[in-house]
Amino acid sequence: MTLYDQLPALVVAVLLFTAPIAYMLRLHGFPWFVATAGVVTSFAVACSLAATVIGGETIIYEMGGWPAPYGIVLSIDALSALMAMLITGASSAALIFGYKSLADEVGEEIAPAFFAAWLLCTAGLVGMVVSGDAFNIFVFMEISSLSTYVLISAGPDRRALISTYRYIVMGTVGATFYLIGVGFLYMVTGTLNTADLAARVGQVEDIRLVLVAAGFVSVGLAVKAAIFPLHSWMPNAYTFAPNAVTVFIAAASTKVSLYVLMRVDYAIFQNSIANHDVQLTFFLVPLGVLALFSGSMLAIYEKNLKRLLAYSSVAQIGYIALGISMTSVAGLTGAIVHMFNHGLIKGGMFMAVACLAIRYRTVNVANLAGAGRAMPWTMAAFVIGGLGLIGVPLTPGFISKWYLVLAALNEGWLGALLVAIILFSSLLAVIYVWKVIEVAYFREPRSNAVPVTEEAPLVMLIPTWIVVLAGVWIALDTGMTVGLASVGAKILLGAAL
Amino acid sequence: MEVLGLYNYFVFAVLLMVGLYCILARTNIIKSLIGLTIFQAAVFLLYISMDKIDGGTAPIILEGVDDQIFANPLPQVLILTAIVVGISTTALALAVTVRIKEAYGTIEEDKIQEMDRET
Repeated sequence: MTLYDQLPALVVAVLLFTAPIAYMLRLHGFPWFVATAGVVTSFAVACSLAATVIGGETIIYEMGGWPAPYGIVLSIDALSALMAMLITGASSAALIFGYKSLADEVGEEIAPAFFAAWLLCTAGLVGMVVSGDAFNIFVFMEISSLSTYVLISAGPDRRALISTYRYIVMGTVGATFYLIGVGFLYMVTGTLNTADLAARVGQVEDIRLVLVAAGFVSVGLAVKAAIFPLHSWMPNAYTFAPNAVTVFIAAASTKVSLYVLMRVDYAIFQNSIANHDVQLTFFLVPLGVLALFSGSMLAIYEKNLKRLLAYSSVAQIGYIALGISMTSVAGLTGAIVHMFNHGLIKGGMFMAVACLAIRYRTVNVANLAGAGRAMPWTMAAFVIGGLGLIGVPLTPGFISKWYLVLAALNEGWLGALLVAIILFSSLLAVIYVWKVIEVAYFREPRSNAVPVTEEAPLVMLIPTWIVVLAGVWIALDTGMTVGLASVGAKILLGAAL
Repeated sequence: MEVLGLYNYFVFAVLLMVGLYCILARTNIIKSLIGLTIFQAAVFLLYISMDKIDGGTAPIILEGVDDQIFANPLPQVLILTAIVVGISTTALALAVTVRIKEAYGTIEEDKIQEMDRET
């Protein structure tokens, strides 16, 4: 047993072990340093795992040496490695970026607990994607949710508290629904290991209980993933959380629930329920389309920049839902790439918003007049991100929408309709991105406003641009993301590699 | 007999709906949280019911006794974990409620909403 064999466990364990260290070392600046060291290490491990599995193999790691299905296993394939990279990468970027903005918003006395919660949140999210056990996914889901509540409630505004409370209620109901679904699956199969479940559920004769399980699991995960109309917890949670926390959870947390939805549905329910691909289409396509329109329309009329981006996330999750609903390799590839690319775009945009917030002390769009001249680098980063949301070529958003459109074109008349809807909703994105650009570049600041002349501090600006440029890079060199995503999609569908 | 045998599952469904109704219908945060706890307790009952076998005992192998029927211990272990999760959620939610009371002076959701609209 070399250290290399232990990498699948380390990607989670590093985070779990550094969390108490971050909590106990109460020196100035130390919790931040420990947390950053932890997530960056985990990111490096995730990258090396991704390099191992890009060929299509699956690493099965038996916890404590107990073989499946008796022991709990971690299972890592191309899809989970890509998601682990997204989570740990977003967590590292947000922490490094948040050095100054978190010191600003989160008090020194709660910093140790805050950074410990951050590490646990990352650990829970990574755990959800690497776990090969349906119940273990629930446990990791609750670890990440509980710590996310803590992170959001650290927001400076008192409305952060009421948003946290609403998220606790919605999140717990969602997770409990998932737990009920897993319970029904255990009743009919007697196993919790996802690979074993996939094999045994096909032999179940009375399919009714499996159908009920599918309903509970799908709805529960839809709540956690903020799929329209179950997104109501999300806009306020994003708006009132500390800025660096918003960067992290907007980039990673809802995507993980979408990942679990994809994984459980394709591995377990597609094999066992007749015509389940049609059921999935009828469940997700209407919700996805409604999400595209309602998210974009709400974003167009929203005055608060953070909430505007949150509503835009509702719409972008709609694209991912559409990709998942098309049970084809191309559709799934588009959905997976969009999860990754949207995480990168939204993370970068929320970073730019945090840069604006630290100078303007507000995120109301109307008060940002003149930001284009006062903070040219920040606004340029925001504009590049905005182009990505629209899906302009040379931005990461273009790549994923391209795959989604290609997949939709294979789906007959419904697909042609979907293509039209995708293009139309991209036009809606032009409106809400332009709304911000117009105020920032073409409107004179109010005469009574305190003039802002300074660019954001370099410790915030440099990470923002690294994320923005990373986005441009993966738009130009799509080998890594599309490679991992298409291998992951083929594994999900059980197709030949 | 068939119906009575499913008694536990009926209680599960009723508790689940009672909890969900309580969450949706109450504006007082503490009352909603009580609903949330009932909601979670329903799931505990579901898991505990599924492992019960008539005449089954704890899975301990005794020497000389080989006709024992054992109850399935796995759901019990699972639900022990879920109970811990439930307690943590309740504790965290109550802690947030204390801070809401400090910040707003009330724990009635509709009043808080009014106060937020004014600012």
